[in-house]
Amino acid sequence: MLSLIVFLPAAVAGALLLVPGRASRTTFIGAWIAVSAADLALVVAVWLGLDPAAGIQFEERTAWIPSAGISYHVGVDGLSLPLVALTVVLFGACALFALRETRRVKSYVTLFLGLQTVSLGLFVALDLILFFLFFDLSIVFMYFIIAGWGHGERGRAAALKFFLYTFLGSLALLLGFILLYLAAEPHTFDIVDLTAANPLAGGGAYAGLALLAIGIGLAVKTPTVPFHTWLPPAHTEAPATGSAILAGILLKMGTYGFVRIAMPILPGSWRQYALVVVLVGVVSVLYGALVALAQTDLKRMIAYTSVNHMGYVILGVGAAGIIAGTDEQARRLATTGAVTQMVAHGLITGALFLLAGVLYDRGRTYDMGAYSGLAARTPLFAGVFAVAAFASLGLPGFAGFIAEFQIFTGSLSSAPVPTAIAVTGILVTAGLFLLALQRVFLGPERVPDAPGTPRPFSDLHASEIAAIVPLLALATVIGVLPRFLLDVIEPASRALVELVAR
Amino acid sequence: MLLWLLMAVPLLAGGLLASAGRRADRAAPVVAVLVAAATLALAIATAVARPAVDAPLLAGIRAGLAVDGLSALMVVTVAGATLAVLVFAAGEAELRTARFAGFILLFAGAMLVTVTATTLAVLLMAWEVMGAMSWALIAYDWRDPGSVRAGHTAFLTTRLADVGLYVAAGAALAGGVGSLALAELPAATVPWLHVVAAGVVLAALGKSAQLPLSFWLSRAMRGPSPVSALLHSATMVAAGAYLLLRLVPLLEPTGWAGPLVAWVGAATALLLGLVAMAQSDLKQLLAASTCAQIGFMVLAAGVGGVAGGALQLVAHAATKSLLFLAAGAWLVALGTRQLGELRGAARRFPLVGVTFTVGAASLAGLPPLSLWVAKDAVLAATLEHGGVVLYAAGMAGAVVSAIYSAKAVWYVWQPAPAAAAAVEREPAGRVHGAMLIPLVVLAAFAAALGVLPLVTSGALAVAPAPAPWELLLSAVLAVVAALVAWRIGAGIGEAAPLTGWLGLERAAHVVLVRPTRALAEALARFDDRVLDRSVEAVARGVGAAARALDRRDELSVDGAVRRLAAGARALGRLARRPQTGQLHQYYAQAAVAFAVLALLVIVVR
Repeated sequence: MLSLIVFLPAAVAGALLLVPGRASRTTFIGAWIAVSAADLALVVAVWLGLDPAAGIQFEERTAWIPSAGISYHVGVDGLSLPLVALTVVLFGACALFALRETRRVKSYVTLFLGLQTVSLGLFVALDLILFFLFFDLSIVFMYFIIAGWGHGERGRAAALKFFLYTFLGSLALLLGFILLYLAAEPHTFDIVDLTAANPLAGGGAYAGLALLAIGIGLAVKTPTVPFHTWLPPAHTEAPATGSAILAGILLKMGTYGFVRIAMPILPGSWRQYALVVVLVGVVSVLYGALVALAQTDLKRMIAYTSVNHMGYVILGVGAAGIIAGTDEQARRLATTGAVTQMVAHGLITGALFLLAGVLYDRGRTYDMGAYSGLAARTPLFAGVFAVAAFASLGLPGFAGFIAEFQIFTGSLSSAPVPTAIAVTGILVTAGLFLLALQRVFLGPERVPDAPGTPRPFSDLHASEIAAIVPLLALATVIGVLPRFLLDVIEPASRALVELVAR
Repeated sequence: MLLWLLMAVPLLAGGLLASAGRRADRAAPVVAVLVAAATLALAIATAVARPAVDAPLLAGIRAGLAVDGLSALMVVTVAGATLAVLVFAAGEAELRTARFAGFILLFAGAMLVTVTATTLAVLLMAWEVMGAMSWALIAYDWRDPGSVRAGHTAFLTTRLADVGLYVAAGAALAGGVGSLALAELPAATVPWLHVVAAGVVLAALGKSAQLPLSFWLSRAMRGPSPVSALLHSATMVAAGAYLLLRLVPLLEPTGWAGPLVAWVGAATALLLGLVAMAQSDLKQLLAASTCAQIGFMVLAAGVGGVAGGALQLVAHAATKSLLFLAAGAWLVALGTRQLGELRGAARRFPLVGVTFTVGAASLAGLPPLSLWVAKDAVLAATLEHGGVVLYAAGMAGAVVSAIYSAKAVWYVWQPAPAAAAAVEREPAGRVHGAMLIPLVVLAAFAAALGVLPLVTSGALAVAPAPAPWELLLSAVLAVVAALVAWRIGAGIGEAAPLTGWLGLERAAHVVLVRPTRALAEALARFDDRVLDRSVEAVARGVGAAARALDRRDELSVDGAVRRLAAGARALGRLARRPQTGQLHQYYAQAAVAFAVLALLVIVVR
């Protein structure tokens, strides 16, 4: 079942490669939409069939390289299923958004389908090498998307930077995986076996080194301060759909790695260095928010808010590792909040990046100073952007609040001062989104000068509405009625908290 | 079920209207008034039935709503004020939009959730939604940069205070109150109890525009008058006072929170009263007076006078929404809100003038109107629990309120000036019929709500009841102050720091906004010039190292390999020489070789 979900996009991509490139655009994009719909249906089936309290389910395990302890092992639980669902939803939204794409559609769609397989595979992978494989392939696919459909020469430079930086991070990750492999007796790369064995329970320098290597590898991908500088150029130069997937899915691979690998397999070291993690999280929260506040480029601004939002996740998972003086409810809240934040950020920031793409499509620049008062000409665009902005600044009623409130409430007892400082991040994000709204959408009307005839500055098209509004609707549903999501996450985070505390 | 319905009706209708766009503009005013009426009916029903509901929200934290005595009073007040405001707004052309009606209903719905919430989580959710809606309503005229900035100021100031509630929620959990239930907060363990109390107090003072966060209310006057009427009466600023009244049991065990709150309330009542006295703009005068009047509620919470504070809240809600709506009616009809230009306004529109005067008289604390009773209920509790000094400060605030109320009334009843008034906007010249209905109804309430203590009981029974001498004293002082103000009229001074709201907003900019933005700029430069450059420098360093290796080491390594190859080739040449192809030479070579071998065998053996 899971293999079908994972490899369906790749299979269709392979089939599409046989279709001649001169076939109509809608053939390719239609196929992508159909695949996403089919995947979504399958994921809904898995969601309904999942017993959240029963740990990892829908497992499939086949020997792959038995001599090295590597197997093809996949499965889902309450930590991964929400992210799998997020992946199919966001790729579906991007498929709809891509209906207006005109450049080299065949390779565009096949690349995205490949990326979809890779992303889904990563979230269900239960073997470190399988995880690493998908982790690295995601970089490859995203490199081609940014370089091929980004904004010209600078796009290629940003893609190269993105590739090299995150590839370097993944090498650190591989080093950490090998350290884990060598520590386990018998040697294995299997995540479930490693978690059960807890090979480095004694802590010490070796365990610390393994955590450091894995931590740096994941921190680059997340990204946290100071490993984030690949993110703004990559986002700014990527096409809108690429940015949405990069922020919505690829960043989650880093944070998901913390809850799937670093915390359960290295609980002793995680507890030992939890305060460091908390501090990295708090610095990311404030640094990301403040730097975002100073941006004049809309897409760069949204990119830095991602650093801020991922900082909350890091704060939450770090606080879950501080055992002394806290009760289990607090740590469970922090963990659940961190996972919820991954989903919330994927939906909301995905929508924001697609909206930034709409702005670029109409005005050919992300510079907020070039626009003013767009609400008069494009009221729907302004309204949807305002909703996304308020969702992103953590307004109750949207998913971001459910996540951040749990993180704050759960983290305060274990790290009172850092958490109290991190809470002020919501004030800065509020300020920056209000400023962005004011600059672009409110006040007297002005659009960028176009050489020659004035360009029509149209409101959202049907395909754009179909892509963006469901994301925000879902974020609202989670914000108002979060139980359907939390019922899945909470048992898994309870298990995770117990694993960390052992 | 009834309670869920009370929340769902305004919130759903508001959400639908707000997202319906301009298509729904035509139907919006009627729909909104009907929804508000239904909400009022539901509110009254819940006030009678006192239901309580809850649902799971987060792990161990439930979403609870309940209506008790205080909440019952609040839900009816909120629903009533909302209905009045929406009826009034139906008479104002610019506000007949789905966006306006939708946001007002969402705003009211959020306030209804706030006043019925039984856990901190739900309260915080509604509390913040209210802040966002106040942004949307104050910045209703989004083409005007001033309105937008006013909305920003309101949202950011109140959100700054909201940080307190987030911290309070975490501290409550840390202090052992895992359910975050409001009723259990006082049971939090020390030292978390103090953190909870501090957070709650900060949030409440910010929302209620108490010192030193009063300035956002001044800016908020850029919003439409009906918005001000709602914001300043039963919602938003009232939410802070409500929260403090609700959490009086939390303030008491800390020891410091009660007196702190009481003194902030008394100081605001007095200082912002003076600010109100110095204003020349009617809406600014009313806004400052809101801060001052809310100050009495905060004072009541600080000294534990829940009943007095609640009475003050309800009486003030009716009074202040009436006054703002009257000011709004004049703004539409005459195009100005400057007191100097409003001379004769009451004579030209006598019904508005009379209702305004009733409201102002109540605000002044003149007997037997509602705020006279309410204020004395607050002051009686102050005298009993807070001491004489606090009582005197509160009484001084009461005297000031009589002065500014009289000042406003004096202006509007003056004969109209001969010259045409300078206007801020196109005057409509008439007051729409829809505007008059809420004015009359609210005036009746503003006058008569003083009887409320006669019907309340239990937690809301006014205790200690004000002694006859206290009632008499405040009545005499109010009348005298009003008469004196009336005599002086236009002569009431406008001292610079007072007209500028004590320079609080500038201070906030200097202390908070500018340093934050400077820090943001500096960090952004650091990010670009240091962090990013150093990463690129590493990459460039790797490239340079590669080139250097290529030039130096690569040559030497490659050279060694080449020399090895050359040596091998030389050896090869050497080895080729014996291969002559001539048999006799091979025999000679073999003979020599065997000779050597034989020799070797002999030597070794």
